[in-house]
Amino acid sequence: MPSISHLQQLESESIHILREVAAEFRKPVMLYSIGKDSSVLLHLAMKAFHPGKPPFPLLHIDTTWKFREMIAFRDRRARELGLDLLVHVNAEGIARGINPITHGSALHTDVMKTQALKQALDTHGFDAAIGGARRDEEKSRAKERIFSHRSAAHRWDAKNQRPELWSVYNTLLGPGESMRVFPLSNWTELDIWHYIHLEKIPVVPLYFAASRPVVEREGALIMVDDERLPLRPNERPQWRTVRFRTLGCYPLTGAVLSNAATLPDIIREMLAARSSERQGRMIDRDQAASMEKKKEEGYF
Amino acid sequence: MAPAFGDTDADLDSLLHAQADKPTLRFITCGSVDDGKSTLVGRLLYDSKLLFDDQLTALEAESKAYGTTGGDLDFALLVDGLQAEREQGITIDVAYRFFATQKRRFIVADTPGHEQYTRNMATGASNAELAVILVDARKGIVTQTRRHSYILALFGIRHVVLAVNKMDLVGFDADRFAAIAKDYGELARRLEIPHVQCVPVVARDGDNIFIGSSRMPWYDGPTIIDYLESVDVARDLARRPFRLPVQWVNRPNADFRGYSGRIAGGSVSVGEEVAVHPSGRRSKVTRILDGDRDVREAARGQSVTLTLADEIDISRGNVLAAADAPPLIADQFAAHLLWFDEAPMLPGRRYVMKSGGQTLSAVISTLKYRMSVDTLEHQAAATLKLNEIGSVNLALDRPLVCDAYRDGREMGGFVLIDAFSHRTVAAGTIDFALRRATNIAWQELDIDKALRSRLKHQRPCVLWFTGLSGAGKSTVANLVDKELCALGRHTYLLDGDNIRHGLNRDLGFTVEARVENIRRVAEVSRLFVDAGLIVLVSLISPFRAERQMARALLEPGEFVEIHVATPLAECERRDPKGLYRRARAGEIPNFTGIGSPYEPPEAPEIRLDTSSLPAEGAAERVIAYLKRGGYV
Repeated sequence: MPSISHLQQLESESIHILREVAAEFRKPVMLYSIGKDSSVLLHLAMKAFHPGKPPFPLLHIDTTWKFREMIAFRDRRARELGLDLLVHVNAEGIARGINPITHGSALHTDVMKTQALKQALDTHGFDAAIGGARRDEEKSRAKERIFSHRSAAHRWDAKNQRPELWSVYNTLLGPGESMRVFPLSNWTELDIWHYIHLEKIPVVPLYFAASRPVVEREGALIMVDDERLPLRPNERPQWRTVRFRTLGCYPLTGAVLSNAATLPDIIREMLAARSSERQGRMIDRDQAASMEKKKEEGYF
Repeated sequence: MAPAFGDTDADLDSLLHAQADKPTLRFITCGSVDDGKSTLVGRLLYDSKLLFDDQLTALEAESKAYGTTGGDLDFALLVDGLQAEREQGITIDVAYRFFATQKRRFIVADTPGHEQYTRNMATGASNAELAVILVDARKGIVTQTRRHSYILALFGIRHVVLAVNKMDLVGFDADRFAAIAKDYGELARRLEIPHVQCVPVVARDGDNIFIGSSRMPWYDGPTIIDYLESVDVARDLARRPFRLPVQWVNRPNADFRGYSGRIAGGSVSVGEEVAVHPSGRRSKVTRILDGDRDVREAARGQSVTLTLADEIDISRGNVLAAADAPPLIADQFAAHLLWFDEAPMLPGRRYVMKSGGQTLSAVISTLKYRMSVDTLEHQAAATLKLNEIGSVNLALDRPLVCDAYRDGREMGGFVLIDAFSHRTVAAGTIDFALRRATNIAWQELDIDKALRSRLKHQRPCVLWFTGLSGAGKSTVANLVDKELCALGRHTYLLDGDNIRHGLNRDLGFTVEARVENIRRVAEVSRLFVDAGLIVLVSLISPFRAERQMARALLEPGEFVEIHVATPLAECERRDPKGLYRRARAGEIPNFTGIGSPYEPPEAPEIRLDTSSLPAEGAAERVIAYLKRGGYV
């Protein structure tokens, strides 16, 4: 009997984690951010419970500043797979007019993502939220458990995490407490693309190179996805052949110049890459250790 | 150096294939504080050319801000990902990093060296196949080296690389290296770690990490990476008997009933006979689903869904096993424990036990010995404290299906969880089943509780009075007892003080003794309930865990928790035995309410406050409860 391959091993571990969540929690939910990691996560969830459907809904925290193509893709996938999709927008943030352009990435992310996520979890009473974060993304993520405990105020206590032995997970919670669960913890960016390639998993077309209107700001190429992005004096959108390594709010997500129009192109480009995927994310640059701080405050 | 990869998609596919076929080695770095674990991991990432430009730029900036290397690149900052770690220059929690060479992929868990973070080291070790243990060439083997080596041995890690670091600080002395290697060889032999490779290194400069060291020409062994790339850690667990712990019963509709889980041992194929444990029922495998694909067979490590030929009642926590090789099934086990919690282990207390998909209730019935990490001797002990390792017997509330840990981690490893704080308090490894559970068969008797209960015209139960000393427990219990006798009921009153004169004469007032005190009273109560009696227990019983344990011994409705909730100030004012005065004077340590906590019940059946309700009124309320509930 041959031993199973590297990707099979990762797939099998992730499926085991997803089934543990379904079996151990009262009301779990899967956070769906529409990106490549979410696409893989969703694919794994479909496998884990086949021929049944995943016994939890999808939740998208919509900041209202996502690329239009992302929203179209989200709605199409949920429909095709026949899954229950919940979309939550922080209505209070909208009422206060919070946006990434006038308020900057830090405040926008806090109000429209972190606070919004906490609102959604509280409103529905979810006791476990499955997310697609990977340990290779960022240094504080590399420190996090697969089953990561959150206090009733959704805080992560980074310095006092529960021990996590073998694949035995302590899933007990006190009143109001919850768990964030990361089935893709041990996947790398290359694993994700390789798996998408092998399993033919649909992803948002923004990952593939195409001619798109962009402006250059602070060294980042920002796509003019709709009319809400105010142009600075003498700034004119230019049509460049670009793609995105990571997807988020369009005014905060830098594109890269690339001709990679197919999955093999993307993988080839990544094998030669000299910068990490999160480089394009403005929110990580706000301060050193910003991810850890956001996570402690409840960011997923 | 840019990796060579083909320009055509076909070339790329073969390259990816080669990538995917590379075996993955999971290892940890461990050892004492400041021996250079994080520096070594940072160096491995740096030398394997897996760092991106933006990460290197950030590293340069952080080395200047926090570095401990005088402005040079501080590789530890690549892995010490928490703010507190960078500021203090220490590792608090395990970091998982990924890198690959031409031959292998690696998942490395960089674990903390401080004793207080041993639980995080254990977290990393639990899934590793190999450990790189670092020692400082100037210090040699220290206590923490021994502790970590013991944990490695406990968790079944059979391959250790001893990296003797900071060789530059001992003048690259070959004799110094040889002496440390000899010491460690001796330790590994005693711990029965079969494979040890010692390598002299300077992690900071990269000597003998990826490339050999010109500064140590006398060393002719492998570099760290040579060894990691070539070591064979396979244990042939796939050849062991088939095991599938059921995680999830998949019933999307009436036509499909599947059992999902990850294969923990051996392999299975369609048509094979399997047995379901603990019931022992047998059936044949009809389908194996790997995701959405039907396959003929599947092996250890794969997550699958099986269907069986027969309709058998199977639920989460059951184990499907090879029909000719049953697992261990027992309710008493010998095991090793590594204690993680600030609160010490209490023999007699009930803990939540998790093993695979099984959640049980476990009591440490005997602590056989504690392990001294310094001398590796067995020491007599009453308890295990933070980071201590012991050999214990466990008694469970129902049978556990498992294998010995040495036969596989998934079926032999477990954790203990505090039922109230929900902290993971210990990691355990199953050694063997104690056959007492099967040797002392339960004697089926013809006269049972129901019959005795009918004879006495009452529903037996335990009225458990809990509360502070002086709250009025015994006074109220005595009144209730008299009233029940007047009604012609059969009762018995177990008073905490009186029992300490006889059955529990040998017990003192430490936390451990209090737990044992309550366990014995609870067991006696259970026997009396079985005899058909209404039992009144008057006992401070300050801890929720023990009252919960007493409740768990009985059937639903048989345990009536009565919180005599007289406030502390009132109890202290009454002070009928003068105990509060003496406790305040420091004469009685561990006195409940003064030197030791009282954990009030969260949902008692009855709550009485004798500062506002006279004892007679309180007794009437208890009687009314019993009448309402049909007990009398």
